[in-house]
Amino acid sequence: MILTKEQLHDALVERHGTDIQAKLDKACVGIAGLGGLGSNLAIFLARLGVGHLILVDFDVVDITNLNRQHYTMKDLGIPKTLALVEQLEAINPYLTYETYTERVVPSNVERLFSGCDVVVEAFDKPDQKAMLLENLLTRLPEKPVVSGSGMAGYGSANLIKTEKRFGHVYLCGDGTSDVADGLGLMAPRVAVCSAHEGTMVLRLLIGETEP
Amino acid sequence: MKVNGNERAVPAEGTVLSLLKELGHDPQRVAVEKNGTIIPRAQFAEEKLTDADHLEVVCFVGGG
Repeated sequence: MILTKEQLHDALVERHGTDIQAKLDKACVGIAGLGGLGSNLAIFLARLGVGHLILVDFDVVDITNLNRQHYTMKDLGIPKTLALVEQLEAINPYLTYETYTERVVPSNVERLFSGCDVVVEAFDKPDQKAMLLENLLTRLPEKPVVSGSGMAGYGSANLIKTEKRFGHVYLCGDGTSDVADGLGLMAPRVAVCSAHEGTMVLRLLIGETEP
Repeated sequence: MKVNGNERAVPAEGTVLSLLKELGHDPQRVAVEKNGTIIPRAQFAEEKLTDADHLEVVCFVGGG
C-alpha cells in the first residue's frame, strides 16, 4: 500500500502537532557520513518528516558495516547514499533527498552544507570529525552543528549525553569510548548516540537551543 | 588562562600547540576556540596564548 502525500502528512501532523510539523516540513538537515550514526539518524529524520535531507558519504556498504549501520546484505557494494535513500523513500517518498557520493573536504563544505538549517557530523575517524567541525565553524560560522564523539563498546548507555560547546556545537556521546582503545562499535550504543543527535536536531528545528 | 573553564598556567612555549601537547591531545583530533573564535589547525603552532585567554578544546575519539 502506498499512502498519498496528504495521507502521510496528516498522519505526521496527528502525532507531532500542526506547528511542529510545519517547522519540520520546511527544514533542511545535512548529514556528513552515513555510517552507524548517519544512517540511523537519516531514518529518524525521515520518520519525523524533515522536508529536505542532504546525505553525503563517499563509501559503499561493506560487510563490516552490517553490525550497526542501517543497511542489509543486499546493499553490499552499493554506495551508502543510494542504499539509504532506497530505505528513506520506503518510509516517506514525499521528502527531498539530495545525495552526494563524495568525500567531504575543506573546499566542498560550503557547497554541500550552506543551505542547511543544521549540519550533523557523523564521521567515524576522529581527525575527520575535527576537520569538519573546524571548517563548518570557519566557513559557515552561524550554522548549528551536531556532532558525535564516544559511543564504542558496551558501557552504560546512560553515559551518553548531549553537551553544548562553542556556542552552537552540540556534542553527543560519552566523550571517551574510543575505537582506538580496542573497543568495538556495537549497534545499541551507536544507536543511542544517533538518537541523541536526532533529538538535538529536532529540538533545534523547533527552536530549542539547549541540549 | 582558562581551558574549558578551568584555571591553568600558560605553557612555557606559549602557543596553542604547546598547550595541546601538555594536555596530551593529538592536534589532528581537536577543535579549538580562543576567546570565542575558532583557531584553524594550521595556526596552532603560531597562535600565542596569554593569561587573559579563554580556550575551549573539543577532543574527538573514533567511532561512528
